[in-house]
Amino acid sequence: MVQKLGVLTETASQTGGPYVHIGCIPSFAGLPGVYPEDLGLSPMSDGAKGEVITITGSIHDGTGWAMRDAMFESWQADGAGRYPGQPGADPAVSGFCRFAADKDSGAFTLRTIKPGAVRGHDGRMMAPHISIWIVARGINIGLHTRIYFADEDNSADPLLARIEQRPRVETLMARPVGPGAYRFDIRLQGPGETVFLDI
Amino acid sequence: MTETGRLIPRRRDAHPVPYDPDYKTTMTRSPNLPLLSMESTPSEETGPRFGHGLIGALDNNLIVNFSKGAAPAIGERIRVHGRVVDENARPVPHTLVEVWQANAGGRYRHVRDTYFAPLDPNFGGCGRTLTDENGYYEFLTIRPGAYPWPNRGNDWRPMHIHFSLFGHSFGQRLITQAYFEGDPLIARCPIAATVKDRGQLDQLVAPLDMAASRPMDYLAYRFDIVLRGRRQTMFENKPEGM
Ligand SMILES: [Fe+2]
Repeated sequence: MVQKLGVLTETASQTGGPYVHIGCIPSFAGLPGVYPEDLGLSPMSDGAKGEVITITGSIHDGTGWAMRDAMFESWQADGAGRYPGQPGADPAVSGFCRFAADKDSGAFTLRTIKPGAVRGHDGRMMAPHISIWIVARGINIGLHTRIYFADEDNSADPLLARIEQRPRVETLMARPVGPGAYRFDIRLQGPGETVFLDI
Repeated sequence: MTETGRLIPRRRDAHPVPYDPDYKTTMTRSPNLPLLSMESTPSEETGPRFGHGLIGALDNNLIVNFSKGAAPAIGERIRVHGRVVDENARPVPHTLVEVWQANAGGRYRHVRDTYFAPLDPNFGGCGRTLTDENGYYEFLTIRPGAYPWPNRGNDWRPMHIHFSLFGHSFGQRLITQAYFEGDPLIARCPIAATVKDRGQLDQLVAPLDMAASRPMDYLAYRFDIVLRGRRQTMFENKPEGM
């Protein structure tokens, strides 16, 4: 016998299911009025410093179908690369947003401040990115990924450098499609499958 | 140190398998390629915080929060309570816990739920609360009904409450489901069965907690939750080589 480790095991995930909106964004589920407003309506408020951008896209299952029932959460630094709560962080940036695939078209939109580069533990800079977490029916444990920006210098980003198959880096790039506008599509399976993270 | 350490890597074998033919939708919604494994960074070690100002007085009482106290929801009154701790067995204080569930007849108040069990005019089906300084939370609600769902020929979900947890960092984010002790549908549920580790599945089943129930009022069920912890060490608070 050996000493007993006092370490617990994380509770097992379960799918958010088709009605995840009821708990997280009830107005989207057709259930307004329980709370004053849905949580995470916007990751910023008026006066946030930096460039306001809009990211639109869809999330596709393995057949190519744009899913209508996915819910997303985003978490990001402010325009200067500081996370909310860190010293000097922009008080107008909450950094957190919840949004959903449209129930008719599957399209999603995230309107936010373009984040700044963030310093990692080893002192290396991470290129500007937004962390994304995805839940839906058929997803048994929430999927983490990141949105980077094709018009930024991503050459020294430590996470992107870890991707062996270089073409797959492109799956994490939001593409400029107009002034302040980006396109970011997510593919759960098959050709162009998005890089998901165990992080 | 608790708030700055690296997150302990997820034990994927403690979680459901992403791909399970018995839960058909997973077949087209699970990544085929390996996840990119990497140590956590400040992007995962920070996360949204929510204050008490967010939480309304009725938010954790699903029996009355939809009718604003005007009339109680129909169903067996139950209290669901427990503690949120991390893998180091430390409480996770002041963190948001959100729940959602079907009504007593197994129907969700959602634009997409078309099951013909009736809606309860006094039941919405969502609630939220913050854990206290010891990681403790509680909800008052009604026992959710089992419901059928389109999967294999005749699949039914056991009674369950969906739980959403934040912890204190984005990498701790977790959604799970609480089942109820003694429900014979648990063993027949392909969603519960995506958790292959029997001990881990058992941890999703809330035991009846008579000591926490109130005579002539409600039964109680206990549901404790463990979130990812952080590696506790003094060795990595400075850059490599310094
Ligand atoms: Fe459910």
